[in-house]
Amino acid sequence: MKREFLSGNRAVAEAALLSGLRFYAGYPITPASDLMEYLAERLPKVGGIAVQFEDEIASINAAIGASWAGAKAMTATSGPGFSLMAEGISLAVATETPLVVVDIMRAGPSTGIPTKTTQSDVYQARWLAHGDYILPVFAPWSAQDSYDLTIKAFNVSEKLRTPVILLSDAVIAHMWETLYTREPGEVEIVSRKKPVEPPEEYKPYKAGEDLVPPMAVFGEGYKVIVESLVHDEAGYYRQDTRTYREMVTRLREKIMRNIGVVYEHEEYWLEDAKIIIVSYGSTARMAYPVAKSLLSRGLRVGFLRLKTLWPLDEGKLSSALSKADKIIVVENNTGRIYYDIARIAGRDRARFSPILTVDPPGFNEVLEAVSRWL
Amino acid sequence: MVVKTLPEFPVKKGEPAYKLWIFEPGEKKEMPLVFNLRQLAETRRPALLPGHRLCAGCAAPIVVKLASFAFRGPTIVVTATGCLEVSSTIFPYTSWAVPWIHNAFENAAATASGVEAALKALKKTGRLPYDHVDVVVFAGDGGTFDIGLQSLSGAAERGHDFLYILYDNEAYMNTGIQRSAGTPKYAWTTTSPVGSVLPGKMENKKPIAEIMVAHRIPYVATATPAHWMDFMKKVRKGIEVEGPAFIHTLSSCDRGWRHDTALTLEVTRRAVDTCYFPLWEWTPQSGYMLTDRSLAIARNPKLKQPIEKYLELQGRFRHLLKPENKHLVKELQELVDAAWEELLRKASNAPR
Repeated sequence: MKREFLSGNRAVAEAALLSGLRFYAGYPITPASDLMEYLAERLPKVGGIAVQFEDEIASINAAIGASWAGAKAMTATSGPGFSLMAEGISLAVATETPLVVVDIMRAGPSTGIPTKTTQSDVYQARWLAHGDYILPVFAPWSAQDSYDLTIKAFNVSEKLRTPVILLSDAVIAHMWETLYTREPGEVEIVSRKKPVEPPEEYKPYKAGEDLVPPMAVFGEGYKVIVESLVHDEAGYYRQDTRTYREMVTRLREKIMRNIGVVYEHEEYWLEDAKIIIVSYGSTARMAYPVAKSLLSRGLRVGFLRLKTLWPLDEGKLSSALSKADKIIVVENNTGRIYYDIARIAGRDRARFSPILTVDPPGFNEVLEAVSRWL
Repeated sequence: MVVKTLPEFPVKKGEPAYKLWIFEPGEKKEMPLVFNLRQLAETRRPALLPGHRLCAGCAAPIVVKLASFAFRGPTIVVTATGCLEVSSTIFPYTSWAVPWIHNAFENAAATASGVEAALKALKKTGRLPYDHVDVVVFAGDGGTFDIGLQSLSGAAERGHDFLYILYDNEAYMNTGIQRSAGTPKYAWTTTSPVGSVLPGKMENKKPIAEIMVAHRIPYVATATPAHWMDFMKKVRKGIEVEGPAFIHTLSSCDRGWRHDTALTLEVTRRAVDTCYFPLWEWTPQSGYMLTDRSLAIARNPKLKQPIEKYLELQGRFRHLLKPENKHLVKELQELVDAAWEELLRKASNAPR
């Protein structure tokens, strides 16, 4: 463990290197460009490679290719570039490619405000691509959290063979903070499961008990078939309901069965809280002191910060929120996570305090938004 | 004391600055191409008005202004995402005196295709009150060489009638100097760093103008803002031809190229003097034709300068001037010479 001073983006890059990143594909886009610039210098020194491609479509597909060649791969972008990656995300889901995509949110729609942030891309991160699927989305709130969640993103993507989205934003990406980085060996690094059977018996999409098929990559002596069409265990295209149902159910179930690993939130003063403030990402940085200040004024306020935005562990979340009379969701958009909280906790208890700002929200701004419901 | 009062032409006090660019429906007038500077100052206003927030020393607004002096009448400008777009239209202002559409990064040519096709349809059904409405695209090298090549190639193949002006500052300057396919060999950028192992970008520049020539569109040219008359003539030719036209302009960026703000035009001038960026035009009828300074160099090879003259002005090539990197400069010189010799062979007006 080492104390360091890094920006959010550099923390992501350092954590990725620790997690075994060996291939980075990217395209310049504010506010994700400096991540690529940093890795362009750092990756070659550890035997990896950072390539700048001609667009985001090429970037994500190169990362998929690299992952199938056996390297841990990552790409980073922001809203407009993330939109271009839609098809690639869908491809990675169908082919069960371990991959980390860092999406640094900026204000949208379209070009929006490249240098400033909102939290408007929560749904984009969840449901960017077409098809029936889910994928894990993590939202850090600090440089330290960016570091830790990047490691987790790599581990989850390798363990579950799925693309994982790290949903950071422009504030966190460019904010310099002190954090503790790990040395190799100090933290568990998961790598994809390899087949144990002989090559002639190997079926690329045949999963065991855990629903995650062992992954043989190119050049290991196994027959590798990377198929984006609906496929059976052997990877062959089949256009029947049974195969489709099996594939789609397994893709979902392999993540939902591991919801305990994927889902995480942080609780503060929830034991006897009557009012719980729920927030995430950069907005949570100000929602937290507001909750603390309300608590010190004698109100029974608790604070819950979501680290995983999707999929939500509804049982765990619902029991954490069960004792409160009011649950106030604070987020920098016109309503994303609020609708999930309202569904899980009930509309009668959920309250929404939107903060629409492109600058980091101030204390009074958040206090005012929350006070409406006190 | 001499009191200097600024003359009020071409726009009178109280009139909007974009007045020259308002065309009454049915107006038949075609704006003449003017090269006399006094006459130009008295009768014209560029389509990019003062007050934009491009850096001091940026060549992009010079390119746009010179090009707009060569517009012939009602014109619609399409701009891809880039420096020019973000700094010319910051709320609540716009610097554009002409109708202007911004789109996403990868689709300037596609948007221009749509605009042009709509104009064609309006004209066909008699709903366009002008003889011609020109469509001009301004896009940077990222939006042309890399992400926008697909839509540009598609539009060229379909033959939409617009002029595509590439202002090539040879990297992604808007996001902070990352390499692009337009970045020349051995140039420093933040994603092609210079160090003890690598001398900057290791790949060659994509020959974008040749790619457009290969599309056999009616007009392709290269230009720089330093050779302004040549550039304006080329813009007018590009607008006048039926079908897609493409002009590749070298547009220096003092932030990314690391040169003094006063050297903007000198750098692009030296690019032509060293034959690093020759000036030529291409049409299906005449093939390659050298123009302006490059034609002069072809006629009198003594005018050709060594590549160091171009490199020495720019910080992005600073590492090449170190004694241990002499072989790299030699290699660049050989590349430039080979390309120049090839162009001389191809150009129909080069002396044999």
